[in-house]
Amino acid sequence: MTHHSLELLSPAGNPAALRAAIEAGADAVYCGFADRTNARNYPGLNFDVDEMVEGVAFAHSKGAKVLVAINTFPPAGEMKSWKDAIDNAAMAGADAVILADIGVLDYAANKHPNLRRHLSVQASAANPLSINYYRDQFGVKRVVLPRILSVDEVAHVAKETGMEIEVFGYGSVGPMSEGRCFLSSYMTGLSPTSEGACAPASHVTYKEEGDFVLSCLGDVVLNRVAKGEGAAYPTPCKARYVACGKAGYIFEEPIALNALDILPELKKAGVTALKIEGRQRSKAYVAEVVSAFRKALDAVETGETRSTDDLSDLSEGGRQTFGAYKKGWR
Amino acid sequence: MPNENAKTAKLTLGPLLHHWTPEARRDFYFRAADEMPVDSVYVGEVICSKREPFFQDHLPEVIDRLKSAGKEVVMSTLALVTQPREVKAIREAADADLIVEANDVACLEALHGRPHIIGPFINVFNEGARDFVAKNGAFRVVLPVEAPATSIKVLADNAGKLEIEVLVFGKQTLSIAMRCYHARANGLTKDSCQFVCGLDPNGLNATTVTGDDILTINGTSTMSNGYGVLLHELDALRTMGVTHFRLSPQAVDMVDVARLFRDTLDGKLAPGEAEAKLRPLTEPVPYVNGFYYGRVGLSWNDRHAA
Repeated sequence: MTHHSLELLSPAGNPAALRAAIEAGADAVYCGFADRTNARNYPGLNFDVDEMVEGVAFAHSKGAKVLVAINTFPPAGEMKSWKDAIDNAAMAGADAVILADIGVLDYAANKHPNLRRHLSVQASAANPLSINYYRDQFGVKRVVLPRILSVDEVAHVAKETGMEIEVFGYGSVGPMSEGRCFLSSYMTGLSPTSEGACAPASHVTYKEEGDFVLSCLGDVVLNRVAKGEGAAYPTPCKARYVACGKAGYIFEEPIALNALDILPELKKAGVTALKIEGRQRSKAYVAEVVSAFRKALDAVETGETRSTDDLSDLSEGGRQTFGAYKKGWR
Repeated sequence: MPNENAKTAKLTLGPLLHHWTPEARRDFYFRAADEMPVDSVYVGEVICSKREPFFQDHLPEVIDRLKSAGKEVVMSTLALVTQPREVKAIREAADADLIVEANDVACLEALHGRPHIIGPFINVFNEGARDFVAKNGAFRVVLPVEAPATSIKVLADNAGKLEIEVLVFGKQTLSIAMRCYHARANGLTKDSCQFVCGLDPNGLNATTVTGDDILTINGTSTMSNGYGVLLHELDALRTMGVTHFRLSPQAVDMVDVARLFRDTLDGKLAPGEAEAKLRPLTEPVPYVNGFYYGRVGLSWNDRHAA
């Protein structure tokens, strides 16, 4: 019966988080190498090759899997790092690689046909035709769906493609078509698509202005809050802008996605794996979120009704949403 | 072969990304046919499928008029496909008789390798992706707006028969989404949008909370506030092997804009002179070119100031 249950997939920003996640009950973890080949290329995060080898060995000893995210888009003439990352993931014995770029997918499919390939959310495949393209051209086995679909739309995609479907269960709300968003590079010059860092801390500043604090990315003011209010981290899609004469969060409020209470619906929709976001988060955070989801998933399997853990203290802005799952973004 | 490229540099009119009235849109394309020195015209809706029905009845006459004027006509397709009816429309476009610009990978699946153009919303950032799509039927690739000169150079070099197109005028689309921000800014949702995007033929301005112009909202997409302008860079782009130069329709006199770019490509106008003539046509919108230089995208790097 285990193989029918949703796979719980946890972030592992470093080796300590990998162990914490698996001990807290994750079925699998995803992680990346410490360079721009993955979309969380932040200082102090990620794995070198030796750590990856050890991490995979530890996970396998506990019956857990390791998925390696190599999900950025190499700039022209610089594909070597990405090819090396795939070779190293294969060498480390990773259970799958999570890819987005057509050139990288082509390399992996040809060079390591037996290394399982998952399609990253960065590929922005949101319909059956797109998913079939990656399946047909590169033998992709699983697709990570963008956070823009409702549960009904997820079910439709699962039914039409017959693919393994991975969705986000907890983390931030991603209103943009991921992998095709150039807002951060527009403001910082550093590209999330090729450098793997959206709104890098190196470009974030806070300035006091009377009773208010301005949060800035590069030279762009992304929010103004009263002192002591606690400003959310300034990313371009969670910023306050003025349009139609009103200041507001025109893209999305600073709020966390939490699917803890709709797990049976996601399972029924044909979802294979539930992803928790947060490779940049602490191992304590990872352990707490994984534990809560482990309990909830086990309850779903046994048909037990029980109240789910309250994760609101861990949530962005202290508030939670079902994102697009319930009503969609129509 | 830079010299050959120089002679054959093609000017293109990219798809209209804003929601103009059907009449304005039709008249715009008639003018493109009759007066604009462009070699190719991309028609079709890229941003929102809800806008499509408005122009459906006018498309055949627009296409005929453009073809009669000797223009290559390309059908651009949606950048983000999610609904079953959108999938159906993609299949129909792929099966129709026009050259297709694919902007979502869904279109590539529907094309089954038939000759096509890769639009700027499909990420082709490196030679691996370029060679793969070329092998599978792409004869032209429009590079993503974020691609810097260093990448364009590598991609246009040794491209063989593959044509390379770069946006040289117009607001740069920075993101696309499922949610409609244009509706949201007006207190509406995508389903109840009342087509408010039609009120803003050049997009809806979004400023920072401190009043700086920063972004343009256009339906489900977000664009640069400034016009991307690569006039001073045309020569360098040609030398790299770029074959096609795209103008994105804005609510300015696009005939004059096209003439300035054509004259600059033909060496009849120096880039500085062309810029001096372009500025009055486009005021008060600023210019940006940071992506080209691998810098902050919204910056304007004025290396060529006299």
